[in-house]
Amino acid sequence: MTKAFLSGNDAFAEGIRLARPQVISIYPITPQTTVVERISEMVEDSSLKSELIHVESEHSALSCAIGASAMGARTFTATSSQGLLYMAECLQYASGGRFPIVMMNANRSTALPWNIYGDQRDSLSQLDSGWIQVYVEDAQESLDMALQGYHIAENPLVSTPIMVNLDGFVLTHTYETVEIPSQTDADRFLPPFQTENKMSMDNPKNLAFSVGPDNNMEFKYLQHKAMQDSKRIIEETDAKFAEIFGRGYGGLTQGYRIDDADYILLTLGSITGLCREVVDELRERGEKVGLLKLRFLRPFPDEDLVAALGSAKAIGVLEKDISFGYEGTVYTNVNSVIAKNGLRLETYNFIAGLGGRDISRENIKAMFRHLQSGGQHVNFIGLGVTIDA
Amino acid sequence: MRNQITAKTITDSEFFYGHKACAGCGGSLAVRIALKVLGEGAISVLPAGCMSAVGFNYPHLCFSNNSIISTFAGTASMLTGVEAGARAVGIKNFKAVGLAGDGGTADIGIQALSGAIDRNDDILYICYDNEAYMNTGIQKSGLTPFGAKTTTTPSGENIHGNLRPKKNLFEIVAAHDIPYAATASIGNLKDFMNKIEKASKIKGTAYIHVVAPCPIGWGIPVNETIEISQKMMDCGLWYLAEYENGQFKLNRNPSEFSSIKDYLLSQSRFKHLEDADIKILAAQRDAKWTTIRKNWNTAEEDL
Repeated sequence: MTKAFLSGNDAFAEGIRLARPQVISIYPITPQTTVVERISEMVEDSSLKSELIHVESEHSALSCAIGASAMGARTFTATSSQGLLYMAECLQYASGGRFPIVMMNANRSTALPWNIYGDQRDSLSQLDSGWIQVYVEDAQESLDMALQGYHIAENPLVSTPIMVNLDGFVLTHTYETVEIPSQTDADRFLPPFQTENKMSMDNPKNLAFSVGPDNNMEFKYLQHKAMQDSKRIIEETDAKFAEIFGRGYGGLTQGYRIDDADYILLTLGSITGLCREVVDELRERGEKVGLLKLRFLRPFPDEDLVAALGSAKAIGVLEKDISFGYEGTVYTNVNSVIAKNGLRLETYNFIAGLGGRDISRENIKAMFRHLQSGGQHVNFIGLGVTIDA
Repeated sequence: MRNQITAKTITDSEFFYGHKACAGCGGSLAVRIALKVLGEGAISVLPAGCMSAVGFNYPHLCFSNNSIISTFAGTASMLTGVEAGARAVGIKNFKAVGLAGDGGTADIGIQALSGAIDRNDDILYICYDNEAYMNTGIQKSGLTPFGAKTTTTPSGENIHGNLRPKKNLFEIVAAHDIPYAATASIGNLKDFMNKIEKASKIKGTAYIHVVAPCPIGWGIPVNETIEISQKMMDCGLWYLAEYENGQFKLNRNPSEFSSIKDYLLSQSRFKHLEDADIKILAAQRDAKWTTIRKNWNTAEEDL
């Protein structure tokens, strides 16, 4: 193990180096670019022995990764925002074909208007693409989830691609001290990729076929079941990771001071750190507040939510997203769990940080005040225009 | 020419068999022949299109070599991944081959194809050209010729079918300075087979553009697919050529052309053409051949 001062992107690239993917397709897009730059350097200096392919678009980046995965190769690609949307067709292709590709997505706003800064509308718009989606908080978790990502995706019960989301700039370009595991430990954690879902020269296969109405639903059900089964694999992977590396993340969600909390804020990604500080500050004043970091959005952590939120009076979902004409997508998902399980608590939605707008400590305090006082359900935070009631 | 593959020497093994392509389908013949030449080491990538529609319906799967369907736009990019992946996992003696139609190649797939040639990936890309989106019901593609009636370029009083000439994909591909590119036709299978054989030995990207008529889309009897392919070459609307080492070579240089009118009016897609339209096509043909004969190597070969 060594320590280094790395950005989120750099740390993710280190995780990829340790995971030893055999084929990597790259296409640049801000703010993902430094990942593919680091990986190119690693291939140049032979610290990463991979086929590095300079594709001409994101659609081709994922199409290429699917082709390589179909040969049984461990693969990696990375994207962001418009690039993720451009490869949208291939997202469903990869998940439907059950190819366990790991992809990093630098969360970024989507045009129009053009904006290169961070929000989560890109990946949340692809929540139904059949990919496992994890949102990481800091550079260390970025590196660790590159490794854990392959371990989860490649499990034969799962065999589903995984998208690891890093908040654009706030995480991708912020430097922190990161522990880089040794290759020996990484290899102990992550064995080489083995699958039956690949071509074979001895026993040729036809992959990625058509399935008519007579069998189609069964394929889709199996895909759904694999995603459901992945919940257990995610927990087991995190436990194994903790055993080898001495740190874990709690699986699908990670709670903070929630055991006796009446008011709980649900967060995604890098804003979680600041929210924790606010929780500490309010706790010192005797307020019974807590935080639940949603790490995975697919599979959705419904059992975790019931266990964590069951005794709260009110919860708020903070997300950098809006599903135009309704509310934040994460909020909709959370409310479904609340309704199905008959939880008696108020829920609020805090839509913030769109297009990279800063979310301040004061904003977060105001959210907790809102949970306590009640009020409007869907709230835009820090909006510079007056809203008609 | 040395060690030619002929109808007598080609393998009896079939790799694309039991599919439900239409009677007289040119595309399925092109795919069948290509895979017979390439053999069991072929790993084929086919986009959404006729051949995947007729041969890739679970549990009725018709390729006995490793095969995969790609996205419509992704034939070449998936080929790249297949080739790199096969090498990465230590597979030897394979050939990654793309088998895509004209729409999948010249329209939606051209960006990925250009990228693959630019990288000089070690792949063979075969475009079977039936001159329209036949799988979806005969809509115009970038390779539909001038004057052809399709369901999206109807012929009426105002417009006589497709207004634009056929995109010259062979030369677009060659402009990448690709190691090997060739045109072919199922009207000359010996030439096609041997070009595949030659292309399979190329290190780097190889491209073969084979005309493969669709009797339904062209409006010809199902037993005239080969004959119409030959007529197309005889009247000069298609030519057999290669691009190699930076040079274009014409494989067959007819001393005179057969009747272009006869070729066109034997197909219902051109039945509406008037003499003025046919003159435009003839003038385009003549201009092309003048350029070819002036700039390309035209030494006669035994075909």
